[in-house]
Amino acid sequence: MDGPDVRKDYTVQVVLAWLLVGIPLLWGVWKTLLNAMQLFQ
Amino acid sequence: MSILDREHIVASQSYNRWLVPPAALCVHLCIGQAYAFSVFNLPMSKLIGITESAPDDWKLTELGWIFSIAIVFLGVAAALTGTWLDRVGPRKAMFTAACCFGGGFLVSAIGVATHQLWIIYLGYGVLGGCGLGIGYISPVKTLITWFPDRPGMATGMAIMGFGGGAFIASPLSVWLMDHFKTATDMGVTATFVTLGIVYFVFMSIGAVIVRVPAANWRPAGYVPPVQARKLMTDQTVHVDQALKTPQFYLLWWVLCLNVTAGIGVLGQASAMSQEMFPGRISPQAAAGFVGLLSLFNMAGRFFWASTSDVIGRKNTYFVFFALGILLYAAVPSTAHMGSVVLFVLCYGVILSMYGGGFATIPAYLRDVFGVQYVGAIHGRLLTAWSVAGVLGPVLVNYIRQYQIDHGVAKADAYTITMYIMAGLLLVGLLCNLAMKAVHERHHLDTQNQPAQ
Repeated sequence: MDGPDVRKDYTVQVVLAWLLVGIPLLWGVWKTLLNAMQLFQ
Repeated sequence: MSILDREHIVASQSYNRWLVPPAALCVHLCIGQAYAFSVFNLPMSKLIGITESAPDDWKLTELGWIFSIAIVFLGVAAALTGTWLDRVGPRKAMFTAACCFGGGFLVSAIGVATHQLWIIYLGYGVLGGCGLGIGYISPVKTLITWFPDRPGMATGMAIMGFGGGAFIASPLSVWLMDHFKTATDMGVTATFVTLGIVYFVFMSIGAVIVRVPAANWRPAGYVPPVQARKLMTDQTVHVDQALKTPQFYLLWWVLCLNVTAGIGVLGQASAMSQEMFPGRISPQAAAGFVGLLSLFNMAGRFFWASTSDVIGRKNTYFVFFALGILLYAAVPSTAHMGSVVLFVLCYGVILSMYGGGFATIPAYLRDVFGVQYVGAIHGRLLTAWSVAGVLGPVLVNYIRQYQIDHGVAKADAYTITMYIMAGLLLVGLLCNLAMKAVHERHHLDTQNQPAQ
């Protein structure tokens, strides 16, 4: 049972790690897109 | 400091390799801040006068050197530390990068507080620049080793972070300066201290997460291709030997020319769009145009590097150069047609290929020279970036000025530049076409050189 438990732990870590980098990146992209919209107004 | 050593970060069998790209992104999203450093230029030119520049305030031309010094030291550090990095592993390298980059901000904060520009040159320029160089190349070999089935996609994800770091840094820096600003202080010192600590912590998290695979580890179900592509080798070329091959210098020019064409446009995009479409593109819209180009630059890093896993690196660079020539040649026509959409689309694709060039080169190096010294070879190749960083903007700016001085209308002043850029890409195309597999006399086994 040791193996599957360890794998499950890593799955949580993978999700957290991607959230850690993904949230700020998406926030930055969103702010940039809002700014870029002025080009077509 | 043994927990930083390579032997302490060998992954267990159950380690999930999808933890490595976010670890790399932790570093690249931070050092990508460099692209947004210009947000500090105006506030730092009013540190004494506050509302407007006082006679003793720093000039924008003096402040511009901070970024230039940082980019030069990025290239120098990447070239000098690549071999060390391959030896000590990614954790020590990423932590060193965190200390340099975060420390660079803290030293610069002292420079702002005491109004000593040379301290900022030393802090952000030299120390921070070394952090940029070490941080940039630190996860590359690790990612390639973890993703032998998709090396382009893996390095593309990390290097995409370098393109995306500015999206976070720019609004964050502006927000922090507004937060710390008082009637007698522009808030730059406190912002530098905050960013130094935040970047140090964020990059250190990447260093904690990262692991190297055990020897002979392979992804489940992965079978190395029996019939290798023409340029691909399963042999190893030592970094010193790689420098003796024509392939290294061909790839140096491939990167240099691709970056020269893109970086010149990126640096001048705001003014160029307003001058090519006078009265139609406002300064605010031009700022949006620059942001949009940065998005294409970032997305291209992932898209093109992933595509190179399917169509091959040489073919990917062929597309960069061939399509780039057509698009650069077409840009003046879009201005004459008055089509903003076509103009933006042309430059968007051009900038996607600029980013794609950065992101695809590590996998290209891995194909040609093998994986063992790819970090060190990549580090040395990045000197091409430093050269292009000077060459691109100088070409665009000086040719534009020459045209205007000789009576050419501002709207048409970029036409010759675009054709020259297309010419540079043609040279890059020929360099790429000349690429062939490294001769076996350069392989490590036949040279009997000690492995690291």
